[in-house]
Amino acid sequence: MKEFGYERAADVSGALALLDADPDARFLGGGTNLVDLMKTGVERPARLVDVRELPLDRIESTEDGGLHIGATVTNSDLAAHPDVRRRYPALTQAVLAGASGQLRNMATVGGNLLQRTRCGYFADVSKPCNKRVPGSGCPAIEGEHHNHAILGASDHCVATHPSDLGVALAAFDAVVSYETTDGPGELPLTDLYLPVGDTPHLETALPPGALITGVTLPPAPAGAVSRYRKVRERASYAFAIGSIAAALDVRDGVVHEVRLAFGAVASRPWRARAAEAALTGGPVDAAAFAAAADAELAAAEPLPHNGYKVTLMRNLVVAVLSELAEEAAR
Amino acid sequence: MTTTTTGTTTGGTAVRAVGTAHSRVEGRDKVTGAARYAAEIPFTELAYGWLVLSTVTRGRISSVEDAPVLAMPGVLAVLHHGNAPRVDIDYVGMLGMRPDPTVAVFQHDRVPHAGWPVALVVAETSEQAREAAEALVVHYEEEPHDVAFSAGHADAYSMPGPAGPGVTGKGDLEAQLAASSFVLDAEYSTPEEHHNPMEPHAATAHWDGGRLEVVDSNQGTIWVAAELASLFSLDPASVHVRSEHVGGGFGSKGVRAHQVAAVMAATVLSRPVRVAMTRRQMFSLAGYRSPTTQRVRLGVDAAGRLLALEHSCLSLTSTVHEFIESGAGPARVMYDAPAHHTANRVVRLDVPSPTFMRAPGEAPGSFALESALDELAEKSGIDPIELRVRNEPEVGPVSGLPFSSRNLTACFREGARRFGWADRDPRPGLRREGRWLLGTGTAAASFFAGAAPSTAAATAEADGTFTVRINAADIGTGARTALTLVAADALQVPTDRVRVRIGDSDFGPAMIAGGSMGTRSWAWAVTAAAEELRERMALSDGIPPEGITVRSDTTAAVGALAQKERHSFGAQFAEVAVDVATGEVRVRRMLGIFAAGKIVNPLTARGQFTGGMIWGISMALHEEAVRDRNTGALYGADLAGYHVASNADVPLVEADWVDDPDPDDPVGIKGIGEIGIVGAAAAIANAVWHATGVRHRQLPIRPDRVIRADAHA
Repeated sequence: MKEFGYERAADVSGALALLDADPDARFLGGGTNLVDLMKTGVERPARLVDVRELPLDRIESTEDGGLHIGATVTNSDLAAHPDVRRRYPALTQAVLAGASGQLRNMATVGGNLLQRTRCGYFADVSKPCNKRVPGSGCPAIEGEHHNHAILGASDHCVATHPSDLGVALAAFDAVVSYETTDGPGELPLTDLYLPVGDTPHLETALPPGALITGVTLPPAPAGAVSRYRKVRERASYAFAIGSIAAALDVRDGVVHEVRLAFGAVASRPWRARAAEAALTGGPVDAAAFAAAADAELAAAEPLPHNGYKVTLMRNLVVAVLSELAEEAAR
Repeated sequence: MTTTTTGTTTGGTAVRAVGTAHSRVEGRDKVTGAARYAAEIPFTELAYGWLVLSTVTRGRISSVEDAPVLAMPGVLAVLHHGNAPRVDIDYVGMLGMRPDPTVAVFQHDRVPHAGWPVALVVAETSEQAREAAEALVVHYEEEPHDVAFSAGHADAYSMPGPAGPGVTGKGDLEAQLAASSFVLDAEYSTPEEHHNPMEPHAATAHWDGGRLEVVDSNQGTIWVAAELASLFSLDPASVHVRSEHVGGGFGSKGVRAHQVAAVMAATVLSRPVRVAMTRRQMFSLAGYRSPTTQRVRLGVDAAGRLLALEHSCLSLTSTVHEFIESGAGPARVMYDAPAHHTANRVVRLDVPSPTFMRAPGEAPGSFALESALDELAEKSGIDPIELRVRNEPEVGPVSGLPFSSRNLTACFREGARRFGWADRDPRPGLRREGRWLLGTGTAAASFFAGAAPSTAAATAEADGTFTVRINAADIGTGARTALTLVAADALQVPTDRVRVRIGDSDFGPAMIAGGSMGTRSWAWAVTAAAEELRERMALSDGIPPEGITVRSDTTAAVGALAQKERHSFGAQFAEVAVDVATGEVRVRRMLGIFAAGKIVNPLTARGQFTGGMIWGISMALHEEAVRDRNTGALYGADLAGYHVASNADVPLVEADWVDDPDPDDPVGIKGIGEIGIVGAAAAIANAVWHATGVRHRQLPIRPDRVIRADAHA
């Protein structure tokens, strides 16, 4: 493999300076995705700037009752944190649904959000891929795509974002904070990822050289119960073929507030706002859940072999909201 | 847990080591890392070769731009069709097969499939070799390819294979189907599957005083040595292959491109050269199980006796080598009928050469046949076990030969008792537990039980210990330990006085670890040598300093075996839970009861059986290599894209056996390497039907297929 430099950053400004100095440098978090991609030649950085030792490893309550999660908090620590478990149970469930214990011990929150798609064409440098080599084509559209996107994709790319964590963060209105050499910035998680369009190689709205420093969660919806369900092709250690993060607050027999986000259906964690709008103020029953799912999935554009995901997501919405409604009634 | 058996004599009664649980003799070395695998053994002056594989699926190499790569740091050589040593592939190998020309690397400019080896880059370090190999530019004249495998392919033809002739037939099929009370006609398919042993293929070659030395990971050192001798036109005695520890083989570890490339480079550079495959390279260089499409037609009378059986199987092979996946083979053993027809056909496509993979023929064939039996049981209203019992043949359905022993019914009876089959309501789709529908299923299993000639040497050492040398291969099965038990019993000494050495071609000819025949074949030779050694010792006046050595050769004894139908049998049971809303299928428990000869070491035998059954879970639910029609190459060729069962998929898997010693074997062994997977996928698929009422005839039973089937149900 290509020889590369490795440096460990002592502080955020040092990390930014190291990256700024070398256009072929990459930040290294847990390395659970980047190192694999370096082995297969998909990524060929000249230098790695290790940010895992930066003092961004705290989880702290915010003044308004939310939570700030540092970018280098490991997935394991995030999932185990008492405040996360109590206030954002879907977040813990999402993290624990991903990878393996060993990988979660290494993987970081910032790295998780910036992991690359697991599309098999992207991962194989012997094949075309518009995301990896702009303009080379997307073989998935005519080829293997049973686990590709049904929402928000384009004729140029139908890859999905693989994160479980990001789906739960999207449901909880997370805001991503970052630093650049020009100063700090913030982006709602749902705006972190760019639309695919004809530029699938441009994945995030972060400025060049930006370092994610943390994620802030506003207070969880008062009175809401939440849940993450992931469907995959084996019981463990596989990426989702469809997942859902849901939070539901029922008051006086109607939906007071609902949050829904879908995973493995789009190039980003998919916040299902059309479904939320259809549900809010309405009845708490399976027919309403199904109608809301249909409202969201009306925009789906399945390919010949991934149309089942429309059925799957509809079934997941009904199943998980029904479970939450039952839980809320207890 | 450590379980040891010393085989001591107490009160005048010999305690037999065979049949008692014994932990692996090399187990401590393996778990502490002391056991070295092929790519870990140090050599001085070692250079590293990295294979470059074609990125086109069909065409010709027009040029290899090696000059820039030769200038890269540490690069020593670039071997390709323009400069590589020549090899000879016009020979018939030890297993009676012509070599797969895929191993004759760098001999011509033709590219017959994606991932064809086109060059080897050799450098001082592995990293340098890899970087240079990935930088090597190869130009191709690309030609259109055809990798589309489907039922009814116009170019399919029948050919003989491991299961016998391509086509067998007796009786009037249409007439018997017409006379049948219940008829089943269904098509089944299984996908391309890969061995994926934990340890990738790796070999180091070097010349030592005119002798070719190869350290390798393989299923038979004499096999690989003989192939290398033939390929490089060497005296067989001048090729020495060692393979001490092997991290799995499953049929993929014979002679492959890596050993041949390593020998070429060691020859050109006059220094040791190591070539290891990456996981991704293994997906095109190590062989695989062909996909199959199969059609089964069955007809029974009102009493459930088969009147008609037809099983045809289509598989694929490459354009350079003929290999057939004999999926119709099990029908020739399992069930008879007045009209009985089987056919194995193959079609040549622009794909890598398939090969033997654990239970070749039986694994995919049993999925179709045993699913079909279950469907017929449903149609006829007969219990699936009872239907099989009513169709137990007296003699081989095709051969007419008697069975050496056939204890399938005993397996079903014992399995049914332990699994709780008697309480089963046969109607599908009735049992619900939360979001899960529950169901149970069963299937029969069989696998050929044979022996092949082998040689062994047994030495009585002056210090009172014994050394047994046999060219066996322990590919993770526990063969080394099994042979220690066999030798101890034959020598009538405790196992701790016996040292078994294996995996060295200098030990002489012996069966490979394959065909479920290794342990039986080796044990026979070890028993013969040990028994003769005891006779010699009884006649000798003490043991001289150099010891007493006796060699055995079982060629005559094995050749004298009467012609019979010789098989192991088994009954597989599975309980599954299915969520039809999400398509998830979970196996809750499996039970396999086997009649597979004398069990030498229950500890490792249970591991082999359950390992096979877990492979069956993977086959039923997970494993599938997807060939991309446009590029002609695989999609997702790594262990992230190619799923095998994870621990969470395997909650409770039990294996046990009924008494079934082979009367014609000195130890009573039949062989257990492969039967564990046979029928397992069918038992799971049958359980999925019982849970949901929907038949899945295409493997693996993926969530998307369950969701689609539910939508159409």
